[in-house]
Amino acid sequence: MASIKLTNLWKHYGDVQAVRGINLDIGHNEFVALVGPSGCGKTTTLRMIAGLEDITGGEIEIGENVVNEVPPKDRDIAMVFQNYALYPHMSVYQNMSFGLKIRKTPKEEIDKRVQMAAEILNISELLERRPAQLSGGQRQRVAMGRAIVRDPVVFLFDEPLSNLDAKLRVQMRTEIKKIHQRVQTTVVYVTHDQVEAMTLADRIVVMNEGVIEQVGTPNEMYSSPKTHFVASFIGSPSMNFMNCQLAKTAGGLAVRLSDDLSLPVPEDRTARYAPYADKEMTFGIRPEHVTEKRPHANGAQQDIDANVNVLEPMGVDTMVFFNLGPTEICARAEPTSVSEVGETMGFTVSMDKMHLIDPSTGAVV
Amino acid sequence: MVTGTEVGGAASSPPLTLKSRLRRSIGPDLDGYYFILPTVIIVFCLILYPFCLAVYYSMSNAFIGEETHFIGLENFHYIIFEDDIFMMTVRNTLLFAVISVVFKTVLGLLCALLLLRIIKLRRFLRGAMLLPFVAPTALTTLGWWLILDPTYSHINWIFEHVWPFSVLDVGPYNFLGEPTLALGAVIFVNVWRGLPFFIITILAGLVSIPDHLYEAAEIDGASIMDKFWKITLPLLRPVLAVIILFSTIFTLGEFNIIYVLTRGGPMNETHLFATYSFTAGVLNHEIGLGAAIALFLFPILVVTVILLLRLVRRDSQYEL
Ligand SMILES: Nc1ncnc2c1ncn2[C@@H]1O[C@H](COP(=O)(O)OP(=O)(O)O)[C@@H](O)[C@H]1O
Ligand SMILES: [Mg+2]
Repeated sequence: MASIKLTNLWKHYGDVQAVRGINLDIGHNEFVALVGPSGCGKTTTLRMIAGLEDITGGEIEIGENVVNEVPPKDRDIAMVFQNYALYPHMSVYQNMSFGLKIRKTPKEEIDKRVQMAAEILNISELLERRPAQLSGGQRQRVAMGRAIVRDPVVFLFDEPLSNLDAKLRVQMRTEIKKIHQRVQTTVVYVTHDQVEAMTLADRIVVMNEGVIEQVGTPNEMYSSPKTHFVASFIGSPSMNFMNCQLAKTAGGLAVRLSDDLSLPVPEDRTARYAPYADKEMTFGIRPEHVTEKRPHANGAQQDIDANVNVLEPMGVDTMVFFNLGPTEICARAEPTSVSEVGETMGFTVSMDKMHLIDPSTGAVV
Repeated sequence: MVTGTEVGGAASSPPLTLKSRLRRSIGPDLDGYYFILPTVIIVFCLILYPFCLAVYYSMSNAFIGEETHFIGLENFHYIIFEDDIFMMTVRNTLLFAVISVVFKTVLGLLCALLLLRIIKLRRFLRGAMLLPFVAPTALTTLGWWLILDPTYSHINWIFEHVWPFSVLDVGPYNFLGEPTLALGAVIFVNVWRGLPFFIITILAGLVSIPDHLYEAAEIDGASIMDKFWKITLPLLRPVLAVIILFSTIFTLGEFNIIYVLTRGGPMNETHLFATYSFTAGVLNHEIGLGAAIALFLFPILVVTVILLLRLVRRDSQYEL
């Protein structure tokens, strides 16, 4: 069993507090992605799990054992580094077999494992080459091969795809997912790319400034973010935010964006939002929930008209930018239904997908 | 873009003049040779001519103040078959070079590894390290001569007056007067003088090995020794090969240290090629003999350089 448990984990570098009291449970064979902006402490957390970085405070358990004082080599982990960290003077075969050789694994066993990993990763013909003779994608595979061969209980990835070009990145993403399905292990995967996190992980951990903002499945993170930060970080293009006032109306509540623009809050949310009535709030809505004018699926949908500022065709959809009250927001519309720039267009806003954020705490209410 | 005119086409081949024929055989542009002419002249005057002159002298009975005659390989015959001092010189030179370079490499590596770990006083220590290197050899060697000289020897003084040596009854030694000790002394001073260059160069090599390789190795289960033998040393090979090459060449030709410390003595026991050739050619006026002795170093250097260059070249360039 290789679960990982982080308890009140802290890391200081001098005055810099890189990680500030993290608690996290990672299940056996679970694929967890740590995601967050650059500098939020993801790498530091991963390196503490690996044992490459001393822990300032707190506890790390791997499979029931506290490993705070256990050196990296005895933690039964493998790590794929951002820059691959392949040994430049060794062939691909030697790179992959290095860990096993150090651990005095029998030669036939080493050979069997390397050949198998090479096959999984499709690098069997590259075994005699040096890292310098490989392309970026091939090096990436070798780095993963080196980890797979060891058959560790935990796999740690630190932004493994960030040095690849966009196309290869998507391809390797799928491959990593396949490999995880084949080589069942616990994976902690660090990335700053929320799409990578969403597509790969069983559960996503969003970090910001050294603390965990939210933990949840990709769908939970998308549909019910708990903080303003998570709401803005997850989803692409990101959520629209507007200052608003939560006004009381005859029927219930309404999001008042400007003097002449109010959008009624769906009935089933009135009770939830009631405590915030008359307060200055932040209204959040994803681009995909603001579309061209459509027949209403339920009573929560609202129609508005606005002038188109900018169009960004994306193929399947066209992103339409327009002013809603004083703020420019982005809508996702059917390409055939959009108006020309400068002309008026009708939109449908799905208010049942709205988010309301208390700006004083940054929490989604 | 394709146009009607052909460039350099075979429309009408011009008659072959002398100039164009030369151009074919030498290269496209004769003017280029004017530009390298100064270099050719300098190389000829400063390297080729003196070298050929030395080769000629080595096959002559040149003696200062007398007429010079060509005598073929007589000088070589003499030094190889009849000159005991020359045989000793060959032995000394090889011992001197091999032992010095081995010590410089091993100590250089150790010191560089230590310096890499030291954080306090790092800049000061790295600067101080270079001191033996920047001070003039003749001057510092004179200092060592004072330390080692039997009459003034500081070491012997310590052996006599400082506990525990004073009760152990060690010394006094005649460091420069006894053949083995004298050879040891000149090797010691040569190592002392050459070590900083090794340390600084190896340190630069160590710094250029990225940390993440050690981290990857650590996760792979490597111990400190594994990391040294399997990561550090192989990745230092290009650097080591280059400094060993240069150091070997310079050590084989060493003159200053021997000349100041022992003058080749006692009883010609510490001569190297350079000092013996100087003694024979300049001090004893037998220029022909001196040239023959010095020329003997040439094949040794060539072989050394070829061997070491092979070591450097063999796929030793890594992309870190
Ligand atoms: N070795 C270090 N010394 C000092 N500060 C560091 C060191 N490593 C990381 N930090 C700081 O810790 C914070 C978190 O860094 P890191 O974990 O690398 O972020 P991420 O991987 O999420 O981009 C950053 O502010 C960074 O500057
Ligand atoms: Mg990072």
